[in-house]
Amino acid sequence: MAGRVRQETATLTTSPSRSSRSPEPARRSRRRSGSLSGLPRWLFVPAAVTAVFILLPLVAMALRVDWGNFGALVTSESSRAALALSLRTALASTVLCVLFGTPMALVLARGSFRGLAVLRSFVLLPLVLPPVVGGIALLYTFGRRGLLGQWLEVLGIRIAFSTTAVVLAQTFVAIPFLVLSLEGALRTAGQRYEAVAATLGARPTTVLRRVTIPLVLPALISGSVLSFARALGEFGATLTFAGSLQGVTRTLPLEIYLQREDDADAAVALSLVLVVVAVVIVVATRTRQAEGAL
Amino acid sequence: MTSSPRLLIAALAAVGLLAAGCGSGSEAGSGSTGASTPAASASPAAPAPSSGAVTSGTATSATATSGTTTATSAAAATTSSGAATATSGASASGTITVFAAASLKATFTAIGETYRAENPGADVVFAFAGSSDLVTQLQGGAPADVFASADTNTMTKATDADLVTGAPVDFATNTLTIVTPPGNPAGITSFADLAREGVSEVICAPAVPCGSATKKVEDATGVTLTPVSEEQSVTDVLNKVETGEADAGLVYVTDATNAGAKVTAVPFAESAGAVNTYPIGVLRSSANAAAAQAFVDLVTGPQGQAVLEAAGFAAAG
Repeated sequence: MAGRVRQETATLTTSPSRSSRSPEPARRSRRRSGSLSGLPRWLFVPAAVTAVFILLPLVAMALRVDWGNFGALVTSESSRAALALSLRTALASTVLCVLFGTPMALVLARGSFRGLAVLRSFVLLPLVLPPVVGGIALLYTFGRRGLLGQWLEVLGIRIAFSTTAVVLAQTFVAIPFLVLSLEGALRTAGQRYEAVAATLGARPTTVLRRVTIPLVLPALISGSVLSFARALGEFGATLTFAGSLQGVTRTLPLEIYLQREDDADAAVALSLVLVVVAVVIVVATRTRQAEGAL
Repeated sequence: MTSSPRLLIAALAAVGLLAAGCGSGSEAGSGSTGASTPAASASPAAPAPSSGAVTSGTATSATATSGTTTATSAAAATTSSGAATATSGASASGTITVFAAASLKATFTAIGETYRAENPGADVVFAFAGSSDLVTQLQGGAPADVFASADTNTMTKATDADLVTGAPVDFATNTLTIVTPPGNPAGITSFADLAREGVSEVICAPAVPCGSATKKVEDATGVTLTPVSEEQSVTDVLNKVETGEADAGLVYVTDATNAGAKVTAVPFAESAGAVNTYPIGVLRSSANAAAAQAFVDLVTGPQGQAVLEAAGFAAAG
């Protein structure tokens, strides 16, 4: 969006210096009619309301930031530990999402067997579940007395209250984002190239590696970035399942929630950091996606 | 290319936001509902409470246009009990909203029942949350009549922000206790046991009231705990112990009493060094200060104190 605005101002500033002024109004009117074709004008009013509704709270928050102490607030020991832990765990869970989500997306997009639709619904479930429900479910799976946890405990592996628990919680909530992005891309891409590759004698694994994955690479990247963003923002499941200890399980969202109790300024400053990271990630995804669409 | 699933995500997110918004909205707005309905049910059988006279006073000041005649009629009404209750019933019948610390949920709910029984036509709505959360909400303009905090620090925040009328009254105290999963499998018998090798204990983070109390005990005993988790609230600690994730946790005596057989409580003498005092006060934003004061009086009175004591709270002062 920023790119387009820049482009527009560029044409506006350069056009008067050019000798021919006539093509400019023509081009502008064409663009205007183009933007209105098929879209009723009134639609822009609710759209503008939506934009304001999303942006205004962020602006309001930014206005409350104590800029004089911003540096000190976001670089305190606990803040740095939380940010570092968040980035580390989100990266780890993104890797898990790619490793396990990609095969799932392929199975959902290309497979044909009974119960596929049901499987698809269940994969999407973490998307609609309240994170705290996810946390409880994980607790009764990997907790000390959980379904798997009790056996892991016997083997001397404790997941509860560890960084591993944070990664598991984040992966649980983030994986549908990758599966969803990738599955959609796989469906729209179709199977023509794969079919050709197969007729030329390529084995399925070769087709996957040389044709399918390169074909949906933009979607894979945007899906992983989105998963990363979701993992970074994970709160409820982490708090329920992993606990909260500085440097071990207290990620940035947990730190913000805790800081809010006794230092509202620090909470706002850290929130802004999280928003900035999220904006950077989302913008990166949208750009990737545009490339993918072309 | 992948616009349809993305749209789906966006739609889901929007629906989620909307639902969350409605939930909190109804909670905040519920204070004003039902203010008019119970007026008719004012029972003549109820005796005129001392606060009733105060209420009728405020009622007349609200209708100040009619001047002295109303004031005299209200004063006269207090002499004949039937008319007085009708007046007090009409003005004290409004719903009051009480913001109270999460640890007061069980006791205040019970006291609320008594309040309704004693004041026919009046109603009380509670919002239970972490004390700090509640102060933040009040500062943000949340409509409430009474605020009860789990520690004096938090109440000081409210009084500093000029949210409370008059001086808050201390009405209960709470102390910490160790809780373990049923049967105490790790064999914890003292506070020092928590620092033992191989014991994974969960405590509150220092930023929340139960955490600051824990910190006080640590400082007093010289025992440094290395918890596996510092939780955001006392209920989070209790949950981690109840589910058996942690070997032990530090919670309030009242939480342990409330949890019953789901945990084993291990009292320790050093807990006396960190006593949390609970203050309560009427809020400046209250539109029904007399009814709010009546609730405060009930909490600090013998009936309220009995309920609190049964739940494990100790008397204040």
